[in-house]
Amino acid sequence: MSTAETNKPATSGIGAHLGSHLRENGMMLALVAIVLFFFVIVRATQGVDFLSAQNITNLFLQNSYVIIMALGMLLVIVAGHIDLSVGSVAAFTGAVASVLMVRMGLPVLVVIPIVLVVGGLIGAAQGYWIAYWRIPSFIVTLAGMLVFRGLTLWLLGGQNIGPFERSFQSLSTGFIPDLFGPDKPNFTALILVAVAAAAIVWTGIRGRAREAEFGITPEPAGFFWARNAVVVVALLFVGWKLASFRGLPNVLLVMSVLIVLYAFFTESTTTGRRIYALGGNEKAAKLSGIKTERLVFFTFVNMGVLASLAGMIVTARLNSATPKAGVGFELDVIAAVFIGGASMSGGVGRIIGVVVGALIMGVMNNGMSIMGIGIDYQQVIKGLVLLAAVIFDVYNKNKQG
Amino acid sequence: MTAILEMQGITKTFPGVKALSNVNLSVREGEIHAICGENGAGKSTLMKVLSGVYPHGSYDGEILYDGKPARFRDIRDSEHAGIVIIHQELALVPLLSVAENLFLGNEVATGGVINWPLAYQKTETLLRKVGLTEAPTTKVEKLGVGKQQLVEIAKALAKNVRLLILDEPTAALQENDSQKLLDLMLELKAQGVTQIIISHKLNEIRRVADRVTVIRDGSTVSTLDRSEINEDRIIRDMVGRDMANRYPDRTPQIGEMLMEVRNWSVMHPEQPRQVIRDVSLSVRKGEIVGIAGLMGSGRTEFAMSLFGRSYGRDIKGEVTLAGGKPDLSTVSRAIEAGLAYVTEDRKVLGLILDEPILRNISLANLEGISKGSVLSRGREQQVAEKYRKVMNIRTPSVFQRVVNLSGGNQQKVVLSKWLFTDPKVLILDEPTRGIDVGAKFEIYNIMNELAAQGHGVVMISSEMPELLGMCDRIYVMNEGRIAGELTREQASQERIMALILQDGMKGEAA
Repeated sequence: MSTAETNKPATSGIGAHLGSHLRENGMMLALVAIVLFFFVIVRATQGVDFLSAQNITNLFLQNSYVIIMALGMLLVIVAGHIDLSVGSVAAFTGAVASVLMVRMGLPVLVVIPIVLVVGGLIGAAQGYWIAYWRIPSFIVTLAGMLVFRGLTLWLLGGQNIGPFERSFQSLSTGFIPDLFGPDKPNFTALILVAVAAAAIVWTGIRGRAREAEFGITPEPAGFFWARNAVVVVALLFVGWKLASFRGLPNVLLVMSVLIVLYAFFTESTTTGRRIYALGGNEKAAKLSGIKTERLVFFTFVNMGVLASLAGMIVTARLNSATPKAGVGFELDVIAAVFIGGASMSGGVGRIIGVVVGALIMGVMNNGMSIMGIGIDYQQVIKGLVLLAAVIFDVYNKNKQG
Repeated sequence: MTAILEMQGITKTFPGVKALSNVNLSVREGEIHAICGENGAGKSTLMKVLSGVYPHGSYDGEILYDGKPARFRDIRDSEHAGIVIIHQELALVPLLSVAENLFLGNEVATGGVINWPLAYQKTETLLRKVGLTEAPTTKVEKLGVGKQQLVEIAKALAKNVRLLILDEPTAALQENDSQKLLDLMLELKAQGVTQIIISHKLNEIRRVADRVTVIRDGSTVSTLDRSEINEDRIIRDMVGRDMANRYPDRTPQIGEMLMEVRNWSVMHPEQPRQVIRDVSLSVRKGEIVGIAGLMGSGRTEFAMSLFGRSYGRDIKGEVTLAGGKPDLSTVSRAIEAGLAYVTEDRKVLGLILDEPILRNISLANLEGISKGSVLSRGREQQVAEKYRKVMNIRTPSVFQRVVNLSGGNQQKVVLSKWLFTDPKVLILDEPTRGIDVGAKFEIYNIMNELAAQGHGVVMISSEMPELLGMCDRIYVMNEGRIAGELTREQASQERIMALILQDGMKGEAA
């Protein structure tokens, strides 16, 4: 092969770039399209504003726990495993929190760390068998799903426990107070969103500069700016809407921080990279000095912690711990991860994809509910969307060869 | 005696390689015919042509079976004609019973409903024929390798076999199991079953074979009658070829002692048997040391057990590396100590096929491209670009997924990965397997370069000419032991073969 050929870039131009990033861009576009679809349809049929400040707030409050658990589930799935127990674990840890607070009267700031540790221990208990005994995660976590559902019932004695003090409730239903007084719009919210938007653009520009420094062919400039413009406009729009209602929900802040942390962890740290390697080819990873067992164990501990956080948020939102909390969560979470582009066989998937995947599920839930579509059709439609997203992936992969 | 099988002028080419070139084989009705040849000589390919694994039309030449032209489209076709092949790796389903295995795909059934009583009855008859007394319901996994081999033969008998092909049937067997198997072969011969045996073990061949055909480099060299079978003749026919200019020139500059392994012993991870026995070996700076041996001689197991205990259990022995006692208890510690192992199976054990080149190169040394534990993707790409130039990895971009590369380029990616860990000693396991001649030459050049830089290189290879062309010293392994050590001057294919065969006989006598 000649040098001329070897120096030829693999892809060039905006079209080729779009093609090679079809998945992520496609998901973003799909999300925007779904939002616009509901905006138009809901206005036409119900006369309701789908993008009202209240509904946007609701969207985040309703879906935060799915996104939070999906972050952990992505790591589990990238490592080549699955966790079916997250719904039960969330219910159980929520019940533990309620018992500690309501029955034992412990203060909120003590309860939260205790419950997070409990979640970690549950993850460790399951991860131990999966990582070190090589028992399939499907089986271990299926057992965990039953065990922790049972323990929830036992702990609650079949009753609801609640209500909680305001400080715990605010975990889910609270808003960040406006430092500039109670007038509308909420300036603190506006400033935070503007800062976040600026930070996204700034890191993007910095990344491009560094890539140029190392001689990496960057994403085409026009495309870069178009993508950032869409993201910034969307962010500012949502920020404006939230600011004109009650401000930024606490849970949105928690969720955003976690998303940034996990995106950084998966893409820019050695440990994150090793989890992808492990999922891509466990044997090769092992022979490259990667401690595969320890990493698998870690992903389950992490999943347990996030499940307990989600459990507390859900419990706070309902203002009571109930035996039925979190039923079916695992399916929403797993679906979000696969819609987000993760591969069942491990090694593939990105945090941003998962977030978009979870939002797609959440927007559809919310939109269909407003339209008054029955739960029967809703399930059918969500199932078909999941299937379509994965078929799209497989089709793309086959086409690339 | 008439010929049951005539293979005439068989030629089989794979992309870039001529695996068989004008091979002739004639097998007489009722005889046991042995086929000898080095690893890679083309024995297995020939048998795959015969059994229809490579269907008619994918090779040139003619197969006459019972005097009539045979054109097998697949294995079922050849099995209908009574030709059954038993591969080295047994094809039994471990979790199914003996009876289920015997009639797999050939069930004793009417209209899809299995007649179990009849199946069990037939199974018992067949098992008795091969000298087994196990119940037909015994799960195959409960049987030892020797008995599984016999079940394979019973399975062949269930298909009314006329020509039975055994590919290295005793390679994985203990001595007394081997003897039983050879006895059974003679018994089947008495019952009129023609057999072809592929084997390296000359004493076995002498014991059962009526004639021997020797294959070398994809061609028939000779067919010997029973009276002509002798070790020297077979070895000469197996290895006699020239090897001019296939290996780059090099003036070895051998320095101080780099790594010494003493009395290395390893147990099989599951079975209670010793896989490596008291292996001692040494590598100096700038030296290329070869390990020769047949498949299954324990070379890979030795290397992997050394490399962070990646194989086996109850590992005993001492290692000195660069004057110190290295901690080789895990792979990451072995890497840190300066050891690198380039696997023989790069697709399964060496690469993450779906990931791009640059991520594969950095995999074993992520610390080298990160600060704290934060990766620098720019640094990662620089490293990959460097190795792409140094190793001449032919690819449009380092972002190319390795699954899209040719075997030779994939091997260069694996080598890059290990060089990036800055090893003192590199163990290369079959570094040129499955890659074309040009890429082989490049890999040899890289090896010479590494030695010239003062690395110690250990090369495991089944291709003897390659070892002779590249190595300063060659250890010969057999059945988990070092059967001998030859300097560059002493080494020849004949001597290596002789060491293996003599060691094999010692093992039998003991």
